[in-house]
Amino acid sequence: MEITLNWYLTLSALLFTMGVLGFLFRRNAIIMLMCVELMLNSVNITLVAFSQYLGDVSGQILVFFVMSVAAAEAAVGLALIIAIFRDKLTVDVTKINLFKY
Amino acid sequence: MTAPILFFVFAIVALAAALGMLLSKNPVSSALWLILNLFCVAGLFLTLNAEFIAVIQILVYAGAIMVLFVFVIMLLNLSDLPDLKKVEWRRIVAFTMGMGLLSMLTFISANALNLAPNPPSLAIAAENGSVSNLGKVMFTQYAMPLEVIGILLLAATIGAVVIAKRKPV
Amino acid sequence: MQPDFLIKLVILLPLLGAAFNGLVGLFAPAHRKNEGLIGIVATLMVAIPFVITAYLFAGFHGEAIVVDAFTWMKAGDLTVNFAYRIDQLSLLMTLIVTGVGGLIHLYSTGYMHGDDGYWRFFAYLNLFIFMMLNLVLGNNLVVLFLGWEGVGLCSYLLIGFWYKDLKNSAAANKAFIMNRIGDFAFLMAMFILFRELGSLDFDAVLAGGPGMDQSWINWTVFLLFIGATGKSAQIPLFTWLPDAMAGPTPVSALIHAATMVTSGLYLLARLSPLVLSAPSIMAVITVVGALTAIVAATIAITQNDIKKVLAYSTVSQLGYMFLATGVGAFYVAIFHVMTHAFFKACLFLGSGSVIHSMHHVEHELAHDGHGHALDPQDMRTMGGLKKYMPATRMTFLISTLAIAGIPLLSGFFSKDEILFKAFEFGYDGHLVGWFVYGVGIITAFLTAIYMTRAYVLTFEGESRWPHADSIHPHESPWTMTVPLWILAGLAAVGGYLGLPAVLGEVNWIHHWLAGETGPVAEFAAHTHVSHGMEWFLIAVGSLVAISGVALGWKWYTSEGIGFDEKLSVRFGGLYKLWKGKYFLDEAYDKAVVRPLIGSAHHAFAPFDKYVIDGLVNAVGFFTRGSSFVLRYMQTGLVHSYAVAIVFGVVLIIYLMLF
Repeated sequence: MEITLNWYLTLSALLFTMGVLGFLFRRNAIIMLMCVELMLNSVNITLVAFSQYLGDVSGQILVFFVMSVAAAEAAVGLALIIAIFRDKLTVDVTKINLFKY
Repeated sequence: MTAPILFFVFAIVALAAALGMLLSKNPVSSALWLILNLFCVAGLFLTLNAEFIAVIQILVYAGAIMVLFVFVIMLLNLSDLPDLKKVEWRRIVAFTMGMGLLSMLTFISANALNLAPNPPSLAIAAENGSVSNLGKVMFTQYAMPLEVIGILLLAATIGAVVIAKRKPV
Repeated sequence: MQPDFLIKLVILLPLLGAAFNGLVGLFAPAHRKNEGLIGIVATLMVAIPFVITAYLFAGFHGEAIVVDAFTWMKAGDLTVNFAYRIDQLSLLMTLIVTGVGGLIHLYSTGYMHGDDGYWRFFAYLNLFIFMMLNLVLGNNLVVLFLGWEGVGLCSYLLIGFWYKDLKNSAAANKAFIMNRIGDFAFLMAMFILFRELGSLDFDAVLAGGPGMDQSWINWTVFLLFIGATGKSAQIPLFTWLPDAMAGPTPVSALIHAATMVTSGLYLLARLSPLVLSAPSIMAVITVVGALTAIVAATIAITQNDIKKVLAYSTVSQLGYMFLATGVGAFYVAIFHVMTHAFFKACLFLGSGSVIHSMHHVEHELAHDGHGHALDPQDMRTMGGLKKYMPATRMTFLISTLAIAGIPLLSGFFSKDEILFKAFEFGYDGHLVGWFVYGVGIITAFLTAIYMTRAYVLTFEGESRWPHADSIHPHESPWTMTVPLWILAGLAAVGGYLGLPAVLGEVNWIHHWLAGETGPVAEFAAHTHVSHGMEWFLIAVGSLVAISGVALGWKWYTSEGIGFDEKLSVRFGGLYKLWKGKYFLDEAYDKAVVRPLIGSAHHAFAPFDKYVIDGLVNAVGFFTRGSSFVLRYMQTGLVHSYAVAIVFGVVLIIYLMLF
C-alpha cells in the first residue's frame, strides 16, 4: 500500500497532541520544555511531508529555520530555568507564581 | 514494499518514545526517551527523501539541544517531584481539550482535503531534498532570512549567557 | 494696484493692529505704558484702510468685484469661502466704518489717556474694526455671520472694559445674551436658505431667494429681522443698549451709534430683493421700527444721564431706519445710517468730552475736600459749559440741530426722505404707510425736544455743580476736538449726497446704491406723489423740527431742570411709565431671567450632579467591580495560561473547519 500524505499528517497530529498534553500535565519545567520540542518536531514532520508531496523545497527550508529557532529557544529557556532555580531552588512551575493577584 | 514497513516502524517507535517521555518520573529518563523520538523522526525524514534535514535533525536536535537539556538536568541535580494529592480541575479541562484537538486534526487528515493527487516521481523527490538543491535555494531565494537567523542565534546566545550568569553579589 | 490685494490689506490691517497691541501688551508688560506707540499703531491701522477704500471708491466702475481669499470649509454640499465683495453698498459702509472709526481712534488716544488698560482698549477696538469689515465686505452669509458674532464679542469686551466694577460686566453680559437671542434667529434663517437654495453666497441667495416658496420666504425674512432686532436694538431686544453705556464713551460712539448697531440694516439692505418678496413681513418691520422710535423718544425725554439720552436717541433713530426698510426704501435707510453715524458719533464724542471735564471737576471737588459726590454724567449738575468748552459746545449744537432735522443739515435730508417714502407707501395704497408716517412725525417732534433739552441743560444757563464759581472745567485736547469738528462738519454737509427728488435727479445716494447697477433694490410704487405734495411734506417736516427745537429751547432755558417737574405733573402716570423705561427690564427679569435661574437651581443643577456625574461615576464603579472579579484570572501559574492558549487554538481550528 502507498503511504500517502494523510498518514504522515495523522502521525504529526498524534505527536502534537502528546506534546500539548505533556505540557499541560507535567510540573517539571524542564520536561515542559521538552514537550515543546516534541511539538516543534511534529510540525517539522508535517512541513517535510508537504514539501515532498508538493515538490516544493520551501518546506524544507522552513524546517531548517524552525530548527534554528527551536535551538535558540531551548537555550534561552534553559538559561531562564537556571536563573529561577538559583532563587527558588525548585523547578516546579506550580510553585512559581509571582504574578498571582 | 520496504517504504511502508520503515514508516510504520519509525512511526510506532516515535509514538512509544513520546509516551515514554511523558510518563517517566525521572527527568533524565524523559530526556533519553526524547532522544530516541528524535532519532525516529530523523528516520521519518529519510523516508520522505529529505536527506539534509534528517542529518541536521540528528546533528542539531539530538546532538546539541538534547545534550544541553541533559547538562542542565545534571546541573540542577533534581530529585523527583512529589505526586499531587488533590484532583485539579485544570487537568481535566486540559485532557478534554487535548482530545478535542487530536480529534479535529485527525478529522482533517482523514478527509483528504484536496491533497496533491500525483506526487512527483521518486527521482525528482530525491533531487529535491538533496543538499546541493537546498543550498542553492537557501543562498539565493532565502538569503535574507538566513542572515536574520544568524542574528537571532547571536541574540539567543548572548541572552542565555546573560540570564544564566551568576550575578555579582 | 489690484483690488484683490487692496481689499485683503483693508481687512487684515486692523487685525494686525489688534494682534500687535494685544500681544505686545500681554507679553511685554513694560510697554503697556507706551501710549504713543499703541495709539499711533492702532489709529494708523484704521486710517490706512480708509485711504485704500477711498481709492477703491474713486476707481469703482459699477461692476461688483468678488475677491476669493481662500476656502474656509467644505462639508458635504456646503462650500464656504472667505470671499469678499466690493460693490457700492459695501464700499459705502466700509468708508463709514473706517472713516468714523479712524476719527474715534484718534479721539480715544486723548480720552483714554492714563488708563491702565490702554493697550487692551486699542487691541479690542482694532479687533472690532476687523470684525465689522468682515461683516460689511463679506460675500456670503457665513462671513457676514462671522463678523456679526465678532462685533458682538468685541462689544461685550468693550462694554465690560472696566471689568473690576461688576455692574459693567453685568451690562456686557446683558448685551451679549440679548444679541445671542437674535443670532439664534439669524442662524435659523441661514439654515432655511441653505436647505432651500444649497448655497449661502449672496449671488445665489439673491438669485434664488425670491423664487422660494412664499412661506419659506416669509419665515426667512422674519427670522432675519429678529436677528436684526437683536443687533440693532429694536423692540423687543433693545434694553441692552442703554445699559451698554457702561462702557467708555468712544465705545458707545463707535459701536453703539455708528457701526455695530447698523449691521441689522446692512443685512436687510444687502438682501433687499429677498425682503421685498415678503410684503407681510415688511409691514411688521416698518411697524416695529416706528413703535421703537416713538417708545425710545418718550423715554429719552425723562432721562438725566446724558449718555442714556443719547442711547435712547440711537434706538429711536434706528427705529427710523427700520421704518424706511419696511416701506421698501432700503437706500434711504442706508443714507440715514450714514448721516446718523456723523451726527450721533459727534454727539457721543461731545458728551465724552463733557464727561471728561466733569471728571476733572469731580476730582478737584474731592481733592479740595468738599466731599460732594458728583455724577459726571448727570445733566442736573451740569449747565453753562459753553463758557468753558466752546469747541465741544459748537459741535454738539450743530449735531443737535442735525438730528432734530433742521433744514439744510444732514439729518433733515435723510429723515425727511424716510418720512416721504413712508407717505408715498401709504399713498400707494398701503395704509400701514400712513400709520408709520404719523408715528414718525410725532417722533421727529419729540426728538427735537429731547435733544434740545440735552443741549440746553448741559451747555446753557447757570452752572449747577457745587462751588461752580471756583472750580471750572477745561476744554479737551486737540486729539478730542479735531474729530469733533470733522464730524460736525460732515453732520452739517453730509446730507447733500441725498437731495430729494423734487430738486431734480440729483440724489447721489439713490443713484449710487439703487440705480440700474446698484445692489440695493427698492419698492416700486405704482402711484407717485406729486411734486407739490412733496414740497408740502418737506415744509411740514421742517416746521415740526423747528418748532420742536424752539419749544425745547424756550422751556429749558427759562426754567432749567424745573421744567421736568412740570412735565411729570402734566403727564402724571405716563411720565412715570416713560421714566421707568416702560418697566421692560423688570418685565424681562420676571418673565425670563428669574424662571431660568430658578430652573437652573432646581432642575438643571441636580440633573448635572446626579444624572450626568452619576453616569460617569457608574462607569468607574463598574470598571472597579469587574476588575475585582476578573483578577482571579491572574493565577501566576504557567499552566493556567497554557490551558487558555490551547483553548484558543481549539476554538480557532473549530471555527476554521466548520
